[in-house]
Amino acid sequence: MNNAEYDVVVVGAGPAGSVTARFAAENGASVLMLERDREAGIPVRCAEGISSGGLDKFIDIDKRWIAAEISTARLYTPDGRSMDMKSEVMGYILERRIFDNALCDIACSKGVVMKTKANVTGIVKNEDRSVTLFYKYLGKEYRVKCRIVIGADGIESRVGRWFGLKTNLKLEDISSSVQYTLNNIKVEKHIISFYFGTKIAPGGYAWIFPKSENSANVGVGVAGSFAKEKGAQEYLDEFVERTFPNASKSYTVYAGIPITTTLPEITADNLMLVGDAAHQVNPITGGGIKQAMIAGKIAGETAAEAIRRGDFSVKALKQYPQRWEKALGARHRFMYSIKEKVLYASDERLNKISKMFENTSPNMISLTDLFKQVIKGDPKLIADMAKAFVVSKLPF
Amino acid sequence: MFIRNDLCDLCGSCVAVCPVDAISIEEFSAAIAEDICTKCGNCRIVCPARAVFEQEES
Repeated sequence: MNNAEYDVVVVGAGPAGSVTARFAAENGASVLMLERDREAGIPVRCAEGISSGGLDKFIDIDKRWIAAEISTARLYTPDGRSMDMKSEVMGYILERRIFDNALCDIACSKGVVMKTKANVTGIVKNEDRSVTLFYKYLGKEYRVKCRIVIGADGIESRVGRWFGLKTNLKLEDISSSVQYTLNNIKVEKHIISFYFGTKIAPGGYAWIFPKSENSANVGVGVAGSFAKEKGAQEYLDEFVERTFPNASKSYTVYAGIPITTTLPEITADNLMLVGDAAHQVNPITGGGIKQAMIAGKIAGETAAEAIRRGDFSVKALKQYPQRWEKALGARHRFMYSIKEKVLYASDERLNKISKMFENTSPNMISLTDLFKQVIKGDPKLIADMAKAFVVSKLPF
Repeated sequence: MFIRNDLCDLCGSCVAVCPVDAISIEEFSAAIAEDICTKCGNCRIVCPARAVFEQEES
């Protein structure tokens, strides 16, 4: 099981990597997946929300990785008023550590060879159109030859840079985020809450994603361009002090989330980037788990097909960007076009929209009503927010 | 620019916003290559853990 040659080497074993690996292997490619950490899924740099639609195409739904089932999104405006938006089944709050490992388990059952604590340090392109990857594993240097490299190495994406792709993000296109898992609190387990306002999270939002009746992932993301003077953690500490003054913190984590359109180039000769590495994230909500899985399926199938045909050039891999564009790429571009309207809205505009629903009883807004009956306030903004957070095919 | 590894969470945000690829994250630490860094300050602004400083003494 320790071959020095594979068809495909996947760098990173998050959902992007493990789903790509799985579909490449399932379609006949030999696949090695290398993970830098001691296991997939840790550290959890994620609010753990995912929409449920279509998830069963990737994995059998299993209680082991579901912390909470979500049916309602509650949006708070800066004046403290809120409105609930309900959908039949909206999604889950995951236990990412278990979920990511379950995806790896599926990949391995399809023949993927996986190694953890394996840190890829560089690549060399060979004359025979193959690539050699170098990695450190348990204190020793290893090399492995392959035809296709999958860069599923997250927001840093060193792999993309090694292949000459420009993966850098502008400050306004990254959400600088901090999250605590809070305990000794009371939350409604089926509601995810979002808090907007320039004093709460400029260019972003604060969130409460319940993990049980007594615990939740509570975080703040601010657009990098707004984080110069005051950082996400100061905003979060103020938010927690106001909202859950008696909470304990059982987990603290920092993350950067790409909130932009998909990279213009997600393939190169012998390379495909998947997930955060390719900026395949909903640019308003920052949701990226399902997005990564959808991209991974396409990338894995494309990789296997390229291996079958013996052509790993950027041209031979073009199915991947083309199919991604149809699946979600175009959708993300649309979301990006309304991002500033939603996330940079003034407090006054935001307050107006909740006022508009003041007399809606019991403060529950059906989505059809939302679009039909908006007559005052700021219908364009509320419509955009609903598109982003609720009715979007894949908010998370 | 200088990264304090006792504060750094290795999240990679600084790497993503560095316009000149001067930052690298290893298994347990992050570092800025001074000879490449243009001192634009993006890393310091974006760092959610506030682990990036202008100078080592800070």
